[in-house]
Amino acid sequence: MPETLLDVRGLVIEATSYPPGEPPKDVTLVHGVSFTLEKGKVLGLIGESGAGKSTIGLSSMAYGRGGVRITGGEVWLNGRDILKGGAGGLRALRGKEVTYVAQSAAAAFNPAKPLMEQVIETTLARGMMGRAEAEARAVDLFRQLGLPNPETIGKRFPHQVSGGQLQRVMTAMALCPKPDLVIFDEPTTALDVTTQIDVLAAIKRAIHETGVGALYITHDLAVVAQVSDHIMVLRHGKTVEYGTCQQIIEAPQEDYTRALVSVRSIDHAEKNPDVAPVLSVQNVTARYKGTHFDVLKNVTVDLPPGQTLAIVGESGSGKSTLARVITGLLPAAQGRITFDGRDLSPDLSGRSRNDLRELQMIYQMADVAMNPRQTVETIIGRPLEFYFGLRGAEKRKRVQELLDQIEMGKGFADRYPAELSGGQKQRVCIARALAAKPKLIICDEVTSALDPLVADGILKLLLELQAQEGVAYLFITHDLATVRAIADRIAVMFKGKVQRYGPKSDVLAPPFDDYTDLLLSSVPEMKLGWLEQVLDHRKMEGAGN
Amino acid sequence: MVHPVIKLVAQRIALGLLLLLAASVLIFVGTQILPGDVAQSILGQSATPETLANLRQELGLNEPALTRYFSWLGGVLHGDLGNALTNGQPIAPALGKRLLNTLFLAACAAVIAVPLAIILGLVSVRYRNRWPDKLISAVTLATISVPEFLLGYIVIFFLAVQYRLLPSLSTVYDGMGFGDRLYAIGLPVIVLVLAVLGHMMRMTRAAILNVMQSAYIETAELKGLRPFAIIARHALPNAVAPVVNVVMINLAYLVVGVVVVEVVFVYPGMGQYLVDHVSKRDVPVVQACGLVFAGVYIGLNLIADLVSILANPRLRHPK
Repeated sequence: MPETLLDVRGLVIEATSYPPGEPPKDVTLVHGVSFTLEKGKVLGLIGESGAGKSTIGLSSMAYGRGGVRITGGEVWLNGRDILKGGAGGLRALRGKEVTYVAQSAAAAFNPAKPLMEQVIETTLARGMMGRAEAEARAVDLFRQLGLPNPETIGKRFPHQVSGGQLQRVMTAMALCPKPDLVIFDEPTTALDVTTQIDVLAAIKRAIHETGVGALYITHDLAVVAQVSDHIMVLRHGKTVEYGTCQQIIEAPQEDYTRALVSVRSIDHAEKNPDVAPVLSVQNVTARYKGTHFDVLKNVTVDLPPGQTLAIVGESGSGKSTLARVITGLLPAAQGRITFDGRDLSPDLSGRSRNDLRELQMIYQMADVAMNPRQTVETIIGRPLEFYFGLRGAEKRKRVQELLDQIEMGKGFADRYPAELSGGQKQRVCIARALAAKPKLIICDEVTSALDPLVADGILKLLLELQAQEGVAYLFITHDLATVRAIADRIAVMFKGKVQRYGPKSDVLAPPFDDYTDLLLSSVPEMKLGWLEQVLDHRKMEGAGN
Repeated sequence: MVHPVIKLVAQRIALGLLLLLAASVLIFVGTQILPGDVAQSILGQSATPETLANLRQELGLNEPALTRYFSWLGGVLHGDLGNALTNGQPIAPALGKRLLNTLFLAACAAVIAVPLAIILGLVSVRYRNRWPDKLISAVTLATISVPEFLLGYIVIFFLAVQYRLLPSLSTVYDGMGFGDRLYAIGLPVIVLVLAVLGHMMRMTRAAILNVMQSAYIETAELKGLRPFAIIARHALPNAVAPVVNVVMINLAYLVVGVVVVEVVFVYPGMGQYLVDHVSKRDVPVVQACGLVFAGVYIGLNLIADLVSILANPRLRHPK
């Protein structure tokens, strides 16, 4: 009979919220969630932000982030109710029986200490092993997780290794004290896709080889499908559906689960490429002040009016730098940019007000792109005033029209950004860009910070607005699913160069160059066994070469 | 390729020297525009215009300011601070003795105050918003709020007059034993510790609380470490830079800000020396004292900068 490792019964979690201008009130984050986990198995917790998945994960260490409190239910680990253990009992449990792998290893490691000291800290502090033995175990784990130079990487400081490596070191840190349960809290979300696949494979192998039980928390169903035995779908702190991995992916019962499984479903027909471009970037090379390294090398792309050019690449590929060059924030060192048939001054200060108006921008973090002390009306009204001199009733009317266009209707004009959801904030930013009546909007990772269903809504809105207004988008993203959904043409960037460029149908069709192939094949697919398939395929190709 | 830390350190030292030079200009100009006339104050009311003119000639007061500045600076660079106008004696040996006394007093106060402040800061964080934190905050706030001379008289009243534990006059002389010296300066040390403790403790508390918000502190908590181990081992090393800065400012204050305390306890340090000679308009002595004070300030802040640089693992261990 399988042994039960973790048994959560009727878990209720509350927090105190402080809404602006109102007295504080208690809100329930998790409403009576129950599940069990057998030894050596993996349970995937999946849901959008606010679903309570991290909160539930941390509750199996009896830990509440911020003012979060566990107010009801039982958490049985190895046959003990850990909520009744008291502070001393919890300390004995944390870091030994249950360990934690955080989303951002870069923030979760102490910057002032070398990695090895942090990896073996609990093992030493609990007297489980001597220093030499613990270090040997850590080195073994480093090797198991496929880290380069496993013997010496422990001497390095967190800032000296890459994000993907750091995430593996954190996994080694979690496995070092031989725990029974590891909580993986979005361990690959912050990584590039080509890095994610390696880390995911390393984590899966480590779970398998050490026989540890795991809770795997993520918002990406395709990722969790690769590592889990069971999946629990959460929404607003309630269980939507709970079943085996296969059942959830292949035969979802609930509408919400079905929506998650099929979320990447926008279909966008490619437009005719043979039109004179509105934006033309020719042989642009750029470097940051005081450096000799070219972040952009000889970049040439065209964008026809009313169409979408997707710039795809991983962090460090130069895609955001290209946006900075086009907007004039970083003047190009060489090359030229023509816009609507005229040459654009490379430097922002040399551009006319009309140049500025016709080229707008939307950013990844809608939160920080708006003044928190201004109402939606002020935010959207500013470009109306600045570019068109609208005032008073006229301005208000136009703001309302724009709000209707972004499907936000009445009652939002007087709100402050803090009173809007993530998707609504991004909509307001879109309205602000649209208010200037631009010919081109640069969208810099505008959906990356949003939940998949919300992101889908934003993409649909952008496509509708393009059809209505004929505005062109330069769409910067690392997410290939987004690209498929929205692009007419694609430029794949790698190390500052355009690796592959052309209409969507050409770029996404074989034969591929090596990098595009790696990039495309690394995007998790919503099917069981995808990870093994890809890795086997790569191994065969590697052996063939 | 030069290690970036060496480059930064060299830059800071060069900047410190430049700052010291600028301070010497300010001190010189400042003493020139002071009202009053040395010759007048030496000779008193009975001086005739002729004797005044002779004395000015003798003291070199008629030379152009620029010439006097460079001859003064040249002397300083050779270790010659000039002669006091009032008694004609060289300044350096007299000032050196006073400076040693002041440094001794400051060092004794620092040896107690710095570790105490940091430990109290750690304790405050461990028990934040609970009674130990509130008690420590209340007491240290009270001691920085009371003026030092009043603190001085309070400790004299209790420790010297009521209980006769320590002498109320901090008399020291050449050839005095180390133990006797410590005994003599007991009361001013207590006053100075109370005066600087609050700033350092509160800064330590604030800096560590700031670090306690970091994700890696949550990692440490989820490792099941003891609260004090988390604060001392994971938070403190990341709060070194702001703590060292405020410690150094307070150490500088211990050297240059002790005038009142030295006067209260009649301690023969720099402060008393400076006050005496300001009242006599003895410009070379005032300039020398100013330069020494500036040097102490700049030097200690330079050390704070260097420690902050060295405490940053990104600079110590570049990629």
